[in-house]
Amino acid sequence: MYRYDDFDRQLLAERTAQFRDQVARRISGELTEDQFKPLRLMNGVYLQLHAYMLRVAVPYGTMNGEQMRKLGYIARTYDKGYGHFTTRQNIQYNWPKLNEIPDALADLATVEMHAIQTSGNCIRNTTTDQYAGAAADEIEDPRPYCELIRQWSTFHPEFTYLPRKFKIAVTGSPNDRAAVRVHDIGLRMHKNDAGETGFEVIVGGGLGRTPFVGKTVRDFIGKNDLFSYLEAILRVYNRFGRRDNKYKARIKILVHEVGVDEIRRLVEEEWSKIRDGSLRVSDDEIAQYIAQFAPPAFEELQANDPEFERRKQAHPDFAAWVRSNVIAHKQPGYAIANISLKPIGGIPGDATADQMELVGDLADQYSFGDVRVTHEQNLVLPHVKKADLFALWAELNSALLATANLGFVTDIIACPGLDYCALATARSIPLSQRISERFGDLERQYDIGELKIKISGCINACGHHHVGHIGILGLDKRGKEFYQITLGGDASQDASIGKIAGAGFSEAEVVDAIEALITRYIDIRTVGERFIDTYRRVGMDPFKEVLYGDR
Amino acid sequence: MSLQVVTANRLDDGLAVFMTADDGWSTDLRDAVCAEDAPQAEALMARADTEKQQVTVVGPYLIDVAQEDGVLVPTKYREVLRTLGPSVRTDLGYQAG
Amino acid sequence: MAIVKNDSVIENEWVTLDDESSIPESGTNVLVSLGRFKAERDSLIARNGGLGVLLVPGDAPEDLAEDIDRFSLIAVKFPAYTDGRGYSYGRVLRERYGYAGEMRAVGDVLRDQILYMHRCGFDAYELSDDDETALEKVRAALRDMTVYYQPTGDGRATAGSLRDRRRAVLDDATS
Ligand code: HEM
Ligand code: SF4
Repeated sequence: MYRYDDFDRQLLAERTAQFRDQVARRISGELTEDQFKPLRLMNGVYLQLHAYMLRVAVPYGTMNGEQMRKLGYIARTYDKGYGHFTTRQNIQYNWPKLNEIPDALADLATVEMHAIQTSGNCIRNTTTDQYAGAAADEIEDPRPYCELIRQWSTFHPEFTYLPRKFKIAVTGSPNDRAAVRVHDIGLRMHKNDAGETGFEVIVGGGLGRTPFVGKTVRDFIGKNDLFSYLEAILRVYNRFGRRDNKYKARIKILVHEVGVDEIRRLVEEEWSKIRDGSLRVSDDEIAQYIAQFAPPAFEELQANDPEFERRKQAHPDFAAWVRSNVIAHKQPGYAIANISLKPIGGIPGDATADQMELVGDLADQYSFGDVRVTHEQNLVLPHVKKADLFALWAELNSALLATANLGFVTDIIACPGLDYCALATARSIPLSQRISERFGDLERQYDIGELKIKISGCINACGHHHVGHIGILGLDKRGKEFYQITLGGDASQDASIGKIAGAGFSEAEVVDAIEALITRYIDIRTVGERFIDTYRRVGMDPFKEVLYGDR
Repeated sequence: MSLQVVTANRLDDGLAVFMTADDGWSTDLRDAVCAEDAPQAEALMARADTEKQQVTVVGPYLIDVAQEDGVLVPTKYREVLRTLGPSVRTDLGYQAG
Repeated sequence: MAIVKNDSVIENEWVTLDDESSIPESGTNVLVSLGRFKAERDSLIARNGGLGVLLVPGDAPEDLAEDIDRFSLIAVKFPAYTDGRGYSYGRVLRERYGYAGEMRAVGDVLRDQILYMHRCGFDAYELSDDDETALEKVRAALRDMTVYYQPTGDGRATAGSLRDRRRAVLDDATS
């Protein structure tokens, strides 16, 4: 795992002092709100319905146990005892006071954490596969490149006032768990014909009010050239992205309007002028970063642990959790343990200070001090010995963290919605809770199989509804909340944007509508088909029929 | 026109507040000064949106309210949530008492 | 209004011409739009007196490349702090075309942007403050940070290059 050196620490200390000064200048009246707003946003401070909100970065979703405990400490000290893990692998606090935020940031800085560029029209926190470094299917750990991107993008002097926010995601595995095709830039690691590892560069994906799946600008860019290539894309975007209308300012609109061929031409031309410049990263330097993310000291173990098998026999709840939440690790005898933050009827992504501190401890005890945040608002202990899984499960279970529903219908993504968010048109959390309760029975969930429901409380799509197998968008219709359903979205390597099924549903009707869709799927699926597969096979009509009859 | 009051968030702690008759701010909607027509509402906004107020509150705007059993209540559900707190955490916000 | 350059407040020795007004006698320094420069290039460069161009967002800095050494001022307009195109113009002019004269940020130039401008090649800042406040702001802004991750043309050592240097020293010491 990357540890800060004195340069990183110095930079963060200076940044913490700088923001403290900015807050002081605002409170004294030296800065107007208009002048302060971009400065606070650049440091993750929003104003929400009830209070400020502070978004803390978890760079590429990786933390150590101490950092996780510190998040718990922040929740208890500066907030109301909880936090919300987001689809951007970050955490949001809902009640911090502006005049205390500088202190919270100083506390975070002691564990090398911060809120830098978690908002604003700059390059945001880079996201990646939550199983990086552990997944059996990965080509290479993407995090060394993410860390290099983090450094390159942090306070980039040229790209801090872009037309709009800019999000980069990286996957090191062919099974894309980072939704790279719906980011401003998606990087997909693969090998070229010469056997070298590099990246496919995908540009112009995004959600929001006009969702797009990104397009490939370059099939392969070598590792040494990645950073100059990113700089070329950003320069083209900074110069030519639209600034006349904030709803058309994302790079996806530029790509859509001028076409990917023209973008490619501009980027390649710019790149040809800077490719041999100082952003070319040497093999040596890359090796230093790869070394920082070296695998932990795994023990040589048998692939199977007899005690683990016995425990599964004896404890059906444990067996269920293993079946749904534990996945294969590349190292024999180890496993990846997913911690669901989706208890039945709970608030998706919320964790209490106690839970965060416990997970930090469990990471130290069972996972080489490594814990991850997923874009599906769950947590992961990536390197757990199979022999330890039962003990881990028991501890998680006692803290209500062992819901065995990963990837199932109750593993819902939901944005904060109108319960917190000033931009919302409807609530999303209560709806996710009611769906979760409706399908709470685990056997029923397992029968339904993998099904991704994603809910946003407005068109900004923070809840990724466009790429939910079933997506739900909350809207306001003449002063009442109502919900529009989309079907067929997918954030994986087979990315697709969902299609609107038809007229929206009232708050009272919508859960029944979801149930009707699922019942129809069960009636018409063939063996082994997931909801999304059935939808792709039969199309919208059979589902429309149950929603609207002959209407 | 519906009755209106001015709301904003307090600069230092961010909490939702409502403008009072003496140009101060209260966390309780029932303390708010009320506009009965458009000119009055405009005048209230002018008092709320000054350089001086900027050091106390952020982003003042008008909301619709109604008299119910002698007290002011917001009419839009967004503002109802704002005066109560998150509907999914009734232990938090003003609703928690 | 004050212009800060090289840690002091400077006099504005330039006359900004709009596209209609006539060009003054030789000896006066004139600042013209890119459009006017392109239209009247030959007479402008034949003239005695400093020549400057004002770039606004949307202009192509490439249009100055051929004549880059003829300018002693390039002013770049930031019509609103949110419009960051000028940062790219600064780097392209300095790093690609080797512009060596004064590069002045004008428009909505705020204290908290000055360091970024400086890193992108600007060396003069026009602020809407009195002299003393402007100088204080620029000084404070340039002091905010001492560690930088990105290589730009400003010559500051990056964290990466300092790490390399340190490694080399350590390697020498151990070999
Ligand atoms: C609560 C305060 C929040 C505010 C004010 C907010 C604001 C926005 C806005 C305005 C957009 C649209 C941007 C555009 O298309 O240009 C957006 C998109 C997005 N936000 Fe949020 N958001 C908030 C919370 C969250 C949370 C909690 C998450 C994660 C759960 C999140 C993740 C995202 C994602 C993934 C997108 C869409 C992807 C894209 O950028 O195209 N946001 N947000
Ligand atoms: S989707 Fe809308 S309601 Fe939900 S968090 Fe984003 S901006 Fe707020």
